[in-house]
Amino acid sequence: MRNYIAKIVTIVWKDVAAELRTKEAISSMFVFALLTIVIFNFALELTPVNTAHVAPGILWVTFTFAGILGLNRSFLREKDQGCLEGLMMTPVDRSALYFGKLLANWLFISIIEAISLPLFGVFFNLSVLRWPILPITLLGTLGFTAVGTIFAAMAVNTRLRDVLLPIMLFPIVVPVIIAAVKSTGAVFANRPLGEISQWFQLMIAFDLIFTTVSFMLFEYVLET
Amino acid sequence: MEHRLDRIGRILFWVVPPLMVAALFAAFIYAPTEIVMGNVQRIFYFHVPSAWVSFLAFLVTCVYSIAYLRSKNRRHDAIALSSVEIGIVFTTIAIITGSLWARPVWNTWWTWDPRLSTMLILWLIYVAYLMLRGAIEDEEQRARFSAVLGIIGFLDVPIVFMAIRWWRTIHPVLIGSASADAKGQFNMEPQMVVALLLGITTFTLLYWMLLARRVSLEETTDRVAQIKKTLADREAD
Repeated sequence: MRNYIAKIVTIVWKDVAAELRTKEAISSMFVFALLTIVIFNFALELTPVNTAHVAPGILWVTFTFAGILGLNRSFLREKDQGCLEGLMMTPVDRSALYFGKLLANWLFISIIEAISLPLFGVFFNLSVLRWPILPITLLGTLGFTAVGTIFAAMAVNTRLRDVLLPIMLFPIVVPVIIAAVKSTGAVFANRPLGEISQWFQLMIAFDLIFTTVSFMLFEYVLET
Repeated sequence: MEHRLDRIGRILFWVVPPLMVAALFAAFIYAPTEIVMGNVQRIFYFHVPSAWVSFLAFLVTCVYSIAYLRSKNRRHDAIALSSVEIGIVFTTIAIITGSLWARPVWNTWWTWDPRLSTMLILWLIYVAYLMLRGAIEDEEQRARFSAVLGIIGFLDVPIVFMAIRWWRTIHPVLIGSASADAKGQFNMEPQMVVALLLGITTFTLLYWMLLARRVSLEETTDRVAQIKKTLADREAD
């Protein structure tokens, strides 16, 4: 077990080290997130009255779109340099590979969210830094990263490559997005936390189910 | 060698058409006209069976996707694919008939009701399934990847439904949508129940017939590809 965790940590560390050298994923995700916020501002003509109502939606669209970029990057990088073959030849269980990639993706996307959230608050004049936002963001992000990681591994091996990921991922993650948007909205509107407990349950259930299922199916994706 | 599915398909080929006539008779003549909605309610005898068949089809895909990953038997993959194609057709029929019915009864073509939305998302998931298949050359890899999507996609259905339902109930009530649930409900006469059950039976058997045909078509395609390959190899020699 300890050995297994050490392997996962090694894979996460490999991704972090690669990212620290290139800063490709983080920088592109960040600029993209920023752009999405700007575009939404013009597209929706936000006023103080409607901002609070649409902000949760904008926030999560920004997160998922930026997340898609990061998820695609994470396997394109492996694929292009023949790195994936190398990883598959190492004496590491496929499931450890899945958890490693999942944790690295989760980490990168969470970093982007942590940076863009305060900016979001500034641009839309909302007080976003409230503690319930933290678990909502982590759970919501885990949900779409869990499915996104296995789908990204599939998408890069197809002819359509990165185009296929959002097409497969978005319909599947609809429940998480709904739950995240709804609970974020309730927090922004200062509603009691009891109201969002069922959304938390939904996100936890989704995360558990799809992390487990993806973990079980991942070995079939990386089969030669 | 003849498979069980082929035999079932051949028998159903003779069973389904008369049943179809009977179901049409039941839906249009035998069942009484609904008082409030009038004749438009009769679409219900096609709509409900279509929706049921699409769920059945995607369930079959999920089961055979799991079977494929365990057995790596090409036939299981062919069944999973065939079932998705039929499922998409019936999902489309369910959505369109639902829309036609909703226009006069709910006064709108579309409302983001849990059932409607779930149907639409189902449709999107399985269209993605077909796109995924279309984008992979290698046959074995194509089968593996689509099996993964077939399993994850089906497991998602109840969660999607639940999420949209909660989204609706917590959501502030929009114009008309509070009564939308109640409006369009009616008490079923015994003849209506008969017509509905007959419709469901007919559509279910039609599904199995189409599945058998589609699977054998897929296998013929495989065989032709195999023959072409052999011929090309021989020419190369």
